Amino acid sequence: MQLLFTLCGLVTVGFVLLITIYLVISGIPAIHKIGLFHFLFGKTWAAGQDQYGILPLILTSIYGTAGAIAIGVPIGFFTAVFLAKAAPKRVANIIRPAVSLLAGIPSVVYGLVGMCVLVPALRSWLHLPAGDSLLAAIIVLAIMILPSIISLSETALEAVPKEYEEASLALGATKLETWFRVSAPAAKSGIAAAVVLGIGRAIGEAMAIMMVAGNVANMPSLTKSVRFLTTGISIELNYSQDGSLQRQALFSIGLVLFLFIMLINALLNLVLKRGKED
Amino acid sequence: MRRKIYGITGRILLYGCAAITAGLLLFLIGYILFRGIGGISWRFLSTAESVINGTVGILPAIKNTVFVIVVSLIVVLPLGVGAAIYLTEYAQNKRFVAAIEFASETLAGIPSIIYALIGVIVFCTALKLQKTLLAGALTLVIMILPTILRSTQESLKTVPVSYREGALGLGSGKWHMIRTVVLPSSVDGIVTGCILAVGRVIGESAVLMYTAGMSMAMQSFSPDRLAGASGATLTVALYHYAKENADFAVAFSIATILLMLTVIINFSAGFLGRKLKKGADR
Repeated sequence: MQLLFTLCGLVTVGFVLLITIYLVISGIPAIHKIGLFHFLFGKTWAAGQDQYGILPLILTSIYGTAGAIAIGVPIGFFTAVFLAKAAPKRVANIIRPAVSLLAGIPSVVYGLVGMCVLVPALRSWLHLPAGDSLLAAIIVLAIMILPSIISLSETALEAVPKEYEEASLALGATKLETWFRVSAPAAKSGIAAAVVLGIGRAIGEAMAIMMVAGNVANMPSLTKSVRFLTTGISIELNYSQDGSLQRQALFSIGLVLFLFIMLINALLNLVLKRGKED
Repeated sequence: MRRKIYGITGRILLYGCAAITAGLLLFLIGYILFRGIGGISWRFLSTAESVINGTVGILPAIKNTVFVIVVSLIVVLPLGVGAAIYLTEYAQNKRFVAAIEFASETLAGIPSIIYALIGVIVFCTALKLQKTLLAGALTLVIMILPTILRSTQESLKTVPVSYREGALGLGSGKWHMIRTVVLPSSVDGIVTGCILAVGRVIGESAVLMYTAGMSMAMQSFSPDRLAGASGATLTVALYHYAKENADFAVAFSIATILLMLTVIINFSAGFLGRKLKKGADR
C-alpha cells in the first residue's frame, strides 16, 4: 500500500516536471528561430507578416498588473482592517461570505459585466472611439484580486497578538492609531504575501481580460486597446496551425509567462519564510 | 488637531473601502440577475439551441459541464487523497515531503492559460485525444489536484493521534487503520475539497475552450462515443454567446445560473468547513 501512496505523491511532482519540460521543449524552437532579442524586445507582433515581438505584451502585463495592484491593494487592505478590527460582528459576518462569493464568481462573468457596463461607460466618459482598453482591464483585474487580498490580509491582521494592541491602547493611542501603526506593521509579512498573491492572480488572468481589453498588440497606453501575455496566447491559440511558427511562438509566450509566475512564487515563498522568522 | 484629522480620514477610508467592496458585490449580483433572470425558463434549461425554431437552450452545456466534473473528480480523487495520505501517514523523508508540497503549491499558482497550452500539446496532440471533453477533463485534473490534496491533508492532520494509536494498539495494520479509522474521520475535509474543486471546474473557461471545444450541439454520452464527444461547458457557452454572437441576453442568463451555482458551492463549502473546525476543536 505504501508504494501506491508514494506513487500518488510522485505524480504531483511529475505533473510539475511534465509542465516545465513540455513548456521548455515547445517554447524554445520559436525563440531560437526568431532570436531571443527580437522575440523579447521586438515591438511588433503580426503573425501575418511573420513578426513576433512580445515587448508590447510584456509591458502591458506589467502595467496592467501594477495598475490593478495600485487600485486593489488599498481598497482590499482597508476592507481587511475594517473586517478584522472595526466591524461589528454582525456586519463582518455578512461581508465575509460576500467576499468569498466575489472570489468564486467565474472570470467570464466578470468579463461579461465588464463588457456590458464598464466598456461603454469608459467610452462615453472619456470620449473614446472604443472603450476596450488597458484601463478597463485594470479595473476588472483590480476587482478580481480584491478577494484574495482581503482574506489573506484579514487572516494576518487577526493573528496579531492582542497584547500588542492592548499595550498601544494603554499608552493612550486611539483605536485607529493602534490598527494602522501597531497591528498593520505587525501583520506586514502576511499583507505582503497577499499583495504578491494578487500580482500572481492578475498576471495570470486571461478570459476576463480578453473580453474587455480589445486585444490589439499596441504598446500599452491607458486608453488604447492592448494585448497581455495571457491574451496573446488565448486570442490566437484556436486559429494557429499546428506546427507553424505562429503556434510555436504562442508556446514561447507561455514559457515567458511561466517564468514570470515562477519568479512570483519564489518571491511569495521568500516573504512567507521571512514572516515565520520574525 | 492632527490626531482628529487622522482619526476622521482613517475612519472614512475604512468605512469607505468596506462600502466599495460590499457595493461592488451588490451591484454585480443585482445587475446579473436583472439582465439574466428573465431569460431562464424550463425550455432554456431543457433543450438544445435550435436555429429552425429560433430558440436557445443550454442543455448540452449543462450536460458537458456535469460530464467534465464527474470525469475529473473520478481521476483526481484517488490521486489527491492518496498523495495526502502519503504525506501525513507514511512520509519519512523530509526533503521528499518538501518537494511534493512545493509541487502542489506550484500547480496551484500556474495560471489556467498555461494549463490550456499543456492540455493542447499533451492531451489533445501527443495522446491523440483531439479536442474532446475527455481531454479537457484530464487537463483539469492537474489543475484541481492541489485543491483536493490540500484540503484532505488539512483534515487528516486534525484526526487525533490517539485514534491512530488506539487502532494500532488493538493490533490493526497500518493500511487497515487508515481505511477504518483515519479516512472516515476526515471524510468531511475530503468532501469540502471536492466541492471547492467542483467550483473551480465550473468556473474554468480558458482550459476548456482550447481542449474541449466550443460546440453548442447536443452530444451523446454513450460509452463507445465518450472519447469523441466535444463541446462547450457553461462558462465557454457564456463566452461564445457574449463575444462571438453578441447575444447578451443569453449570456446573462448563463451568468445567472453560474452565479447561483457559485452561491450554492460557497455555502456548502463554508458549512462543511465550519463543521470541520468544530471537529478539530473537540
